[in-house]
Amino acid sequence: MLAMDFRGPKRVRASQKPMPEIKHPEDAIVRVTRTCICGSDLHLYNGNVPDTRVGMTFGHEFTGIVEEIGSEVTKLKVGDHVLVPFNIACGKCIFCKQGLFGNCHESNPEATAVGGIFGYSHTAGGHNGGQAEYARVPYANVGPTVIPPGMDPDDAVLLTDVVPTGYQAAEMAGIQKGDTVVVFGAGPVGIMAARCAWLFGAGRVIIIDHIDYRLEFARNYANCEAYNFRELEDPVLFIKKTTDWIGADVCIDAVGAEAAGNAMQTITGRKLLLQAGSATAVHWAINAVRKGGVVSIVGVYGPTDNLVPIGNVLNKGLTIRANQASVKRLLPRLIEHVQNGVLNPKGLITHRIPLEEVADGYRIFSAKLDNCIKPVLISPSAGI
Amino acid sequence: MQTITRDPNLLPGWGIDADPDNDPTYPMRQRTPEDHDGYSWVRPTQQPITVEVLHSNERPNVSAVFGTSSPPSGLSGIIRRFAFNYSENSYLHWLPLLFADRVNVVEGIVEDLAHGKVPNIWAEKGYKAQWKYDRVGMLEKIAAAALVTTAAVFVLSRKSAPKKHSRSAR
Ligand SMILES: [Zn+2]
Ligand SMILES: [Zn+2]
Repeated sequence: MLAMDFRGPKRVRASQKPMPEIKHPEDAIVRVTRTCICGSDLHLYNGNVPDTRVGMTFGHEFTGIVEEIGSEVTKLKVGDHVLVPFNIACGKCIFCKQGLFGNCHESNPEATAVGGIFGYSHTAGGHNGGQAEYARVPYANVGPTVIPPGMDPDDAVLLTDVVPTGYQAAEMAGIQKGDTVVVFGAGPVGIMAARCAWLFGAGRVIIIDHIDYRLEFARNYANCEAYNFRELEDPVLFIKKTTDWIGADVCIDAVGAEAAGNAMQTITGRKLLLQAGSATAVHWAINAVRKGGVVSIVGVYGPTDNLVPIGNVLNKGLTIRANQASVKRLLPRLIEHVQNGVLNPKGLITHRIPLEEVADGYRIFSAKLDNCIKPVLISPSAGI
Repeated sequence: MQTITRDPNLLPGWGIDADPDNDPTYPMRQRTPEDHDGYSWVRPTQQPITVEVLHSNERPNVSAVFGTSSPPSGLSGIIRRFAFNYSENSYLHWLPLLFADRVNVVEGIVEDLAHGKVPNIWAEKGYKAQWKYDRVGMLEKIAAAALVTTAAVFVLSRKSAPKKHSRSAR
């Protein structure tokens, strides 16, 4: 079968690989119908996540048709069209039992700080991802959810990560009525977080990025204010000024380790890998939020140390909440929102790229070419 | 002198203290007795360990399922095994892993060549798309690289010139 094949930093291709097999009684094999490239894939693509091995297939956002099931799979049957949450969760461990499906303890042997994630390095369990014709889906009774009849697969595939992560970013921020919410990063997740902030009662939503076409997209899609930090003297100072010198009630970091905008962070975090990625966005979030405010982090950082202004967290009395989204916990509510037209995930998709051209897809997305917001990869055997 | 009350049941509570349902931190934590049972859940069936699986030394075992995408091999594998002697709290865990990744890239090229496949770096880097959508930027980069190369050649040839001269004088 054809699958994305990581060869080294900024080098990927579509290769022929063996078909995935059932390895555990709760496994399913799905034929992938849609798969996306995600902003967090870029941390892998750029070689910033430790233990990203050559030959691995990325892709944690995918939908597919069940082709084969293991002996203990009871919740799915062959032929079901499912959306597969990016986190691999057992449903039995202490964390899954609390709804923390993003923090499962039985899906990743390599690290305890993060649960298993499809196609996300060996640090996240060494699971091959969905940027392929077929994928192995462990714990098929827990994560995969049958796509409701009538739902567009383009909407469904964004329910595997982007929508729940954006939604949870707003949820963790504890937004109260009338709050000023600042979102750093106008990628798909940031745009979705800005849109969801309104659902929680925000009074004002501001998004900050450095690429004009993304800001324009965010302004239209999330109906928010959008500013280019390269045109601002200082983004933190700007937010203080525009909030009557108080600061935002809530700041959301939807950027993570690839952040631009600070030379020191770029050199130490992205070039020398002395810290787990550039922490520019979290710096700005901590410094731009009001005293007593909440900082919500969904941007992905690596496992090693970051230079984070923890002194300001203490002095300002901040609450910091951060997590990988627990997709499974949020799905029922979000499916409802999509069906009622409250959220329109597929509106984020700007590019449809054949799996064979995966290298070009990564280049277009990472270099932000052709006004790309969100690319979806279509495998030759997708069928639909 | 009045002392503070010794019986915590007599203290007036507020928030989760007064009402267990009033927990503003969900989904961070649910306060159930099972929280304190530790590593005691009924574990899922263990996936047969048919390939070498490195596991964090912050857990006693291999998780019930795991990926089998690229088992450790070669020199990068030796470095990775070394890294897994150290906890996730240690630079000696993460930095060797990043180094192993770089070694692994070279191993990947060697493996390609051994299979008679010359990696098409231009295609793998997606330069076709870059050329299509960002021709100006790409030409600028190529020009800058050419300029640096020319300058380097110039400086090096100037440095070596007197040597040649003195040699020929002798
Ligand atoms: Zn994603
Ligand atoms: Zn679990």
